[in-house]
Amino acid sequence: MANEAMEQLVRKEYKQGFYTDIESDTLPPGLDESVIRHISSIKQEPEWMLSWRLEAYRHWLTMTEPHHWAKLKYPSIDYQSVSYYSAPKKPEDAPQSLDEVDPKLLETYEKLGIPLHERAALAGVAVDAVFDSVSVTTTFKDQLAEAGVIFCSISEAIREYPELVRQYLGSVVPQGDNYFAALNSAVFTDGSFVYVPEGVTCPMELSTYFRINQANTGQFERTLIICDKRAQVSYLEGCTAPQRDENQLHAAVVELVALEDAYIKYSTVQNWYPGDEDGKGGIYNFVTKRGDCREDRAKISWTQVETGSALTWKYPSCILRGRDSVGEFYSVAVTNNHQQADTGTKMIHIGENTRSTIISKGISAGHSDQSYRGLVKVAPSARNARNFTQCDSLLLGASCGAHTFPYQEIGNASAQVEHEATTSKIGEDQLFYCMQRGISEEDAVNMIVNGFCKDVFKELPMEFAVEAEALLNVSLEGAVG
Amino acid sequence: MNAWADLFQQVNDEATPGWLKSRRIAAFARFEHLGIPTPRDEDWKYTDLKRLNKRQFSMAQTEATVSHTDQAELLDLNAWRIVLVNGVFSPDLSDLSDLPNQVTIEPLSQAITHDQELAGGLVGRLAAIDTDSLTALSHAMAQEGALIRVGSGVVLPRPIQLVYLSTEHESALASWPRIAVVAGPNSQMTIVEQLVGQHASGHYTQRVAELFLEGNAQLTHYLLQTPAEKDLWVGRVHVEQKRDSRYQAFHLNLGGALVRDDFVCELNARGATASLNGLLFGQGRQHLDMHSKVNHNAPNTYSDENYKGILNDRARGVFNGKVIVKRDSQQIEAHQNNANLLLSDQAEMDTKPELEIYADDVKCSHGTTTGQLDENAVFALRARGVDESVARGLLTLAFANQVLDQVTLDAVHDTVEARIAGALPERFNLKGLVLEDQEAQ
Repeated sequence: MANEAMEQLVRKEYKQGFYTDIESDTLPPGLDESVIRHISSIKQEPEWMLSWRLEAYRHWLTMTEPHHWAKLKYPSIDYQSVSYYSAPKKPEDAPQSLDEVDPKLLETYEKLGIPLHERAALAGVAVDAVFDSVSVTTTFKDQLAEAGVIFCSISEAIREYPELVRQYLGSVVPQGDNYFAALNSAVFTDGSFVYVPEGVTCPMELSTYFRINQANTGQFERTLIICDKRAQVSYLEGCTAPQRDENQLHAAVVELVALEDAYIKYSTVQNWYPGDEDGKGGIYNFVTKRGDCREDRAKISWTQVETGSALTWKYPSCILRGRDSVGEFYSVAVTNNHQQADTGTKMIHIGENTRSTIISKGISAGHSDQSYRGLVKVAPSARNARNFTQCDSLLLGASCGAHTFPYQEIGNASAQVEHEATTSKIGEDQLFYCMQRGISEEDAVNMIVNGFCKDVFKELPMEFAVEAEALLNVSLEGAVG
Repeated sequence: MNAWADLFQQVNDEATPGWLKSRRIAAFARFEHLGIPTPRDEDWKYTDLKRLNKRQFSMAQTEATVSHTDQAELLDLNAWRIVLVNGVFSPDLSDLSDLPNQVTIEPLSQAITHDQELAGGLVGRLAAIDTDSLTALSHAMAQEGALIRVGSGVVLPRPIQLVYLSTEHESALASWPRIAVVAGPNSQMTIVEQLVGQHASGHYTQRVAELFLEGNAQLTHYLLQTPAEKDLWVGRVHVEQKRDSRYQAFHLNLGGALVRDDFVCELNARGATASLNGLLFGQGRQHLDMHSKVNHNAPNTYSDENYKGILNDRARGVFNGKVIVKRDSQQIEAHQNNANLLLSDQAEMDTKPELEIYADDVKCSHGTTTGQLDENAVFALRARGVDESVARGLLTLAFANQVLDQVTLDAVHDTVEARIAGALPERFNLKGLVLEDQEAQ
């Protein structure tokens, strides 16, 4: 009885599927050292940055692409057929204010439901909008500058704040960390850079919208966020991509560094194009996200809502090095049609009294396959470490799959580590209970799914939760607030 | 690898029947191709077998004399019994008299000469050559073991005991026992496997067991492991279950230098139920590894796993449980629970409870915890006048008893309890509260 309502819910089409026609400077497909030199020179990077990139590239050449994933299946990627740089027109004189921005870009944001200027003004959010590979506009810079917060594109940071970038870039995710991180280190073209100085609580939530626009353009974002002692920041990342038939490669790297008493909250709503009903097309998303609680009492919190991508490979992690540091991971992942998601987290407890919480909710529908893969490691040095993990899966339909692979490596007797997981469908009795009280079937399904995700949604910042709702293929009324 | 080839030459001699010979050669080729697994294999991520390659093994040819103290290790269960001493069948210690009708219990070396079904491939139907490299090695090397057949409707009044006894020897010995059990429709039986040894000779035992449960058959399976300090064990159990059959396992793992077991259950028809219970107690530098895999291949099948681990000193424990629900296997219930108690800061527990689910109408859950005794519980006991050390001892034992309480054979229960109580460090005092090891015997 519930099947029809559920099918309607999960069959909603991808609304963000449109394509903006803007002339682009795009490098021809292919990758060799000259491409990297070219990217570096377009970006006017200093010499050390180029050699850092080349080092990563040479390391990447020695690595082989891991292709025997336990639960991911996809055709081989031809890295030579990808174009590694694409910028909206006139990268030399990037617009300084909204007025200078290409109206077509603004139109795109309008379609996405993100009127940049309005939104920025109303919600008090500074948006570093990434359209393909170059930051087009950065708002609220002055207000941030007053607080001493640096929020700019990574390219700009490399030019303007080389000491900071040099000190922290690659210190959490080294160049050779994994195949995709190495590729990213060699060819990354943009991304965001945030530095919050000592004692400063960032006056507004920082936000970036990513969009893949050019066909055949891989996006290689690099984000670096540093929170100095006693500083706090909340960072929002959102992605939508236009409907294209070719598989597009996305290999981002996000590095977070939290020093003493610092708090970084990183929220993501991810809605890359997932491919059509037959599993054709869609984005391949190979992301390395890692946070380092480098000093005592630091806290890093990841929140993610994953609805898109044909293939997701993503494990936002926390290295809990400082004493009393805290790591959190909240995730809702929705997969439909032929999507595959292999996601989870790693919590590495090194310091004493470190704590971590993992809440993961997976909803699978259609022919999709979803895995939670997580590691909780307690080093012998991590006395009194504490972890709580809960991962629940909801299955909508008989042809999807939901899997749980939690790894726990406990090397300390004073540690307390707990893991719980359940897998089930929406119970007929639950539906009956709601409907018997006069709630329509659709509302009942909504309500139950909504309740299922509530633990995670309540972690999202208010403004973002609204966006998350729109991006989720299942409408979840009243999830927040 | 050459050391293995030399051993293989000794096994596959002239006396081997033709059908077996060719099978062994194929198996050994398979093993040579794959080699000993390494931690790069996901299944062996936490267990490194490199000492298998380092140690030079030979194979016992004749039955060793068994001392009285060694004999005293054998549990007295009033059971039909097959005893393998260093892998060689011992007629003196075994007891196969007064078998009821429709019941066969035979050492494998005898069965091989006449049993048609064996020649037809009974051994290897579940744990085939291509299962993994060590199973291939077992196919190549196995010489002894047991074949057990219990006919339709037979309820065995006594348990069947299979003992793998290691005795003192100047060099390390290896053996590859294979067990095949066919439980007929509506039959009921209990099998107790016991791995024992006292002498640190560093023997290696690799046992592969295949259990076939026909409709409504009931099998209770104990595996009690108290091997000698340096001994190595790799075990594999495959269970095939038909309609309404029930399989209950108690895996009681109390030591050994390296002990690894895989339990694989195939729930192939409605109503099939598997209940896997495990208790792992490690001390010193022991490495104890429990793997289980339950395949729900049919609708309305049920499984329940309950594993506990207690680790002291520098011991390392591994638990990996897998529940796989095949597409269209609806109305499944599968629960998995693994709790671990670390008594020392140098001990390590690596646990990985996995769910792989391809059907939607299921109720599956797993839970795992690793930690130490609840200080509130210790306090509650102390507030009632119980010494701290006694309180800790009692609580540790209570933890183990969550598995042991379901053990219905008193001799097994008492032996395990006494072993654990005797081995706990001084801050866990249970003197006078449980039977001493000797009394338990």
